[in-house]
Amino acid sequence: MFAYVVRRLLIGIAMLIVMTLITFVLFLNNKEAAVLASCGKNCTPAQKVEIAKTFGYDQPVVVQWGKFLKGVVVGREFPDDPALRKSSPQLVTQCPPPCLGYSYKSAALVRDVMKDTIPVSVSVASVAFVIWLVLGVLLGIIAALNRGTWVDKIIVGSTLVIFAFPTFFIGLLLYIFIALKFGWVPIPAYISIADGGIFNWFMGLLLPAITLVVFYMAGYVRMTRAFVLETSTEDYIRTAKAKGLPARTVIGKHTFRAALTPIVTMAGMDLALVLGGAPITESVFNFNGLGKLAVEASTQYDLPINIGIVVLLSAFVILANIVVDIAYAFIDPRVSVK
Amino acid sequence: MATESSNILEVQDLTMHFPVRSNGLIRRVTGHVQAVDGVNFSVPAGGSLGLVGESGCGKSTTGRMVARLLKPTRGEIRFEGDDIANLSSRELKPLRRHIQMIFQDPYGSLNPRQTVGAIVATPMEIHKTVPEKNIKARVQELLEFVGLNPEHYNRYPHEFSGGQRQRIGIARSLALQPKLLVADEPVSALDVSIQAQVINLLQEVQREFNIGFLFIAHDLAVVRHFCPEVAVMYLGRIVEIGDRDTLYNRPLHPYTQALISAAPDVAQAAVGGRRERIRLEGDVPSPINPPSGCRFRTRCSLAKDICAKVEPPLLQVAPRHKVACHFAGELGKVPTRPVTADFLGVDDAGNPVAGKQPMPGLESPDFRDTWFDLPPQG
Amino acid sequence: MTMTPHEDRVVGEQLLTVKDLRVHFKTHDGMVKAVDGLSYDVARGQTLGIVGESGSGKSVSSLAILGLHRNTNATVTGEITLGGVELLTLTDEEMRRKRGRDVAMIFQDPLSALHPYYTVGAQIAEAYRIHNDVSKSAAKKRAVEMLGLVGIPQPDRRVDDYPHQFSGGMRQRAMIGMALVNDPGLIIADEPTTALDVTVQAQILDLLQKLQKEFNSAIIMITHDLGVVAEMADEVLVMYGGKAVENGPTNELLVHPQMPYTWGLLSSVPDITSDPNLPLRPIPGNPPSLLSPPSGCAFHPRCTFAARVPDNLCSTTVPALEQIEGKTFHLSRCHLRDPEAVYHNEVLAEGPAGASAIAAQVAGVLPNAPRHLDAEGGES
Repeated sequence: MFAYVVRRLLIGIAMLIVMTLITFVLFLNNKEAAVLASCGKNCTPAQKVEIAKTFGYDQPVVVQWGKFLKGVVVGREFPDDPALRKSSPQLVTQCPPPCLGYSYKSAALVRDVMKDTIPVSVSVASVAFVIWLVLGVLLGIIAALNRGTWVDKIIVGSTLVIFAFPTFFIGLLLYIFIALKFGWVPIPAYISIADGGIFNWFMGLLLPAITLVVFYMAGYVRMTRAFVLETSTEDYIRTAKAKGLPARTVIGKHTFRAALTPIVTMAGMDLALVLGGAPITESVFNFNGLGKLAVEASTQYDLPINIGIVVLLSAFVILANIVVDIAYAFIDPRVSVK
Repeated sequence: MATESSNILEVQDLTMHFPVRSNGLIRRVTGHVQAVDGVNFSVPAGGSLGLVGESGCGKSTTGRMVARLLKPTRGEIRFEGDDIANLSSRELKPLRRHIQMIFQDPYGSLNPRQTVGAIVATPMEIHKTVPEKNIKARVQELLEFVGLNPEHYNRYPHEFSGGQRQRIGIARSLALQPKLLVADEPVSALDVSIQAQVINLLQEVQREFNIGFLFIAHDLAVVRHFCPEVAVMYLGRIVEIGDRDTLYNRPLHPYTQALISAAPDVAQAAVGGRRERIRLEGDVPSPINPPSGCRFRTRCSLAKDICAKVEPPLLQVAPRHKVACHFAGELGKVPTRPVTADFLGVDDAGNPVAGKQPMPGLESPDFRDTWFDLPPQG
Repeated sequence: MTMTPHEDRVVGEQLLTVKDLRVHFKTHDGMVKAVDGLSYDVARGQTLGIVGESGSGKSVSSLAILGLHRNTNATVTGEITLGGVELLTLTDEEMRRKRGRDVAMIFQDPLSALHPYYTVGAQIAEAYRIHNDVSKSAAKKRAVEMLGLVGIPQPDRRVDDYPHQFSGGMRQRAMIGMALVNDPGLIIADEPTTALDVTVQAQILDLLQKLQKEFNSAIIMITHDLGVVAEMADEVLVMYGGKAVENGPTNELLVHPQMPYTWGLLSSVPDITSDPNLPLRPIPGNPPSLLSPPSGCAFHPRCTFAARVPDNLCSTTVPALEQIEGKTFHLSRCHLRDPEAVYHNEVLAEGPAGASAIAAQVAGVLPNAPRHLDAEGGES
């Protein structure tokens, strides 16, 4: 097991490094574009040269990438140009490892900009994840048990209909009715557990979480339903029935356990994605999460922050993959991860 | 039933070892599944050799190597005298015409999105053996030969029953007029009443087109019915091979004896109850780490010291009979000392005797005119 | 002319009686009459072999005994009496309590019939606990005991293995252990050895027979293999197109088969002693469609003797399952006159496969292999 995890982590890190290289090539291979993105259309040629030098865009992309990797491992200093650092020491910013870069637009380390947004996204994501997983799987099982009846049709139909509404619409609806009109929950806001305790933290992010639940749950209902139905034709389910097990044990234990593998796969990937922020939901509720940051960084062409977010998201996905594979081994004894 | 005709297929020292990798940080090759380990046999032109054995004995792997769906680790596969064991896939293409395969599962081996006509026509199109304009007529001819309505050439496989699908598979394999058919469990997925239809069809195919058959099956009675000569495999080795009368009536290898005695027998209805049989205890050992010496010794009631030390060669003991056992003998007539020791240069306990060498060339794909007489027993 | 079988048979305590069982499935294409008027019974300690091809209704009828068609698209009618209790009138909960306790099932493919994610021991213990109010550890002890009983070496260690860690034979042993854990009166074995190798099959059949003696249970052995039936069953029921076509003691039925379908089965399967130079006599055509079964006798389109019956009777009238005259217990569903003479003079004269092997055995002629091999290897 240990060797397996180490091997997977090493492969994961290698993938992450390749991922950063691809990101660098895509974003920074065109020096002109990178410079323009930083200073706008009306840049004078002199400004362009200066910006390129300050940001290090004048160097080959591989070199920039190497510096980035070095920053992650041992840290680095900004601005990138050593001459500038020497001439104006007051501009120098130390970026200790793991350094993800420096955003000149925000005049802050990428790491520091992201640091405040991560708890927001992670909080919303994890609360949403738990709710949609439990609800989705439960409804899926209920639908499968009542296949073809009105219960099945209502569950599958209604989750689909809600799913079909745009996220911002659902978000706004919840905001206006639940929070503003009826006042069932306080105005959504992120309150850290340290500041306001678990209850306030939870109530504050309930509506954005529900918005995400609505979006993700439909897939889980349908997949759980499909896999429970598929598994229930297996020979071992017939064996379980022939033993005299009651239907709820057959479904809840034997069928569900076997249907768990695909659900875990999907859940792992979805969690990784949603941890990386939910741009629309965060924007609607004005939550300063990773998603909203990503949108702002994109609209302002803040390349360093974009790169930082890409790296973080990739890390989430790679990590989720490893966790899912290890989870397989716990679900299915035939999978060995020695 | 000695055939005068020459052999279409001769297999010598055929071996397939699949690597097993470790789960460590670096996935090293830690061992090999010795699926097939040095088998020798031949199939006469237009004749049939049956390959029987239990799951994991290597009979299907052998068939796949002969059809060159697998590349053997070692050994020779001489088809019409030429060794095809190491040919590249491009070099194999012209050969594929001559060696065709019939599979067990008539559901899985037909493309569900192709019509029956297309399935049967494809080999002819690929190999351009029949002019484009004649293909349809040839397809219908083949369908009719295998007992299907030739008008059904534009139907899809799911519209046919299991037996009919196996007929489609047979029609496809005949499309290129092969000289050798490797039939891997061709009837075991079929209903009993349909099995006989397919077996009779295969016999007709053989008579009509003079095709050699390597007939692989686990059903001893089916193999006996189809093949004048039968080889018994155990854990990657042939343990006994012979003409069917000898092999089924006077088997010399304890595994063959157990296998034949294990088959349920409908004639027992006249007597009632289970007949007495040789019981094999336990399971077949792992092919990754097979027992030393004779592979059957761990389950054999005759096993002695020599069996763990020296692997018994497949010795010819009669005009059409070979057996690989140190104590080969008919049931109840077990020789007291190993029959093989003298040829192998070892004493009765299997220890090498100074100055004595094993006799060379003990095994060959074919039967020879001279053989080793087993010592008289009683 | 009654459909009630074997009223003049001298029988012991009939544990299971099936009367006029019908299992019909409603499908989009129409009504599938998978089982259509099936009657038979089995006594304690006896084995009934049910023989038939896929679609003959042999498995479907057995699942009906377990009540596994409940809450599906199937309609089950008739009577199934097990140990004096009429099963079809029980509530779902009452039926569930009988499943696994009074009637247990062994399936064909033990790898797919065991749950891959639970240990063998846990699955046996679960079968025990559901019907017995015992602790988890007591149930596990019982599982170890059962594994030992069915011949798994080191049962206290293997109890924690998963099915994929067992060999095919061991898995089927474990299935048998699971079926017997509550000592049910009736065991239904659906092709229990079809997926197994022949030497393993011999082990499993031996085990089943040994345990049957120990537990005095009735066994219904569903199989397509007449050899297995010949060696295991006391009585045979031949099914075709959802109906019983022949029923009688094994020895009687296989030596004096009365129905052309049974003849076909016996003639089409090679035996390890039959003459390989004689061609097999296959049954022509394909098994009938259950959606639109043939009129009259379901077998008549494939029957080479139908033409001999006057007035197209075979294609118009379903023959009744009737007692053969002069026999104590032998039922057959056929219009053909004097089938015994036809079988012996015409069918056997062609010397086909299994049929002639039986005949040779009856005549005491041993054409080929030694018939009896004992452990010491002597012929007897």
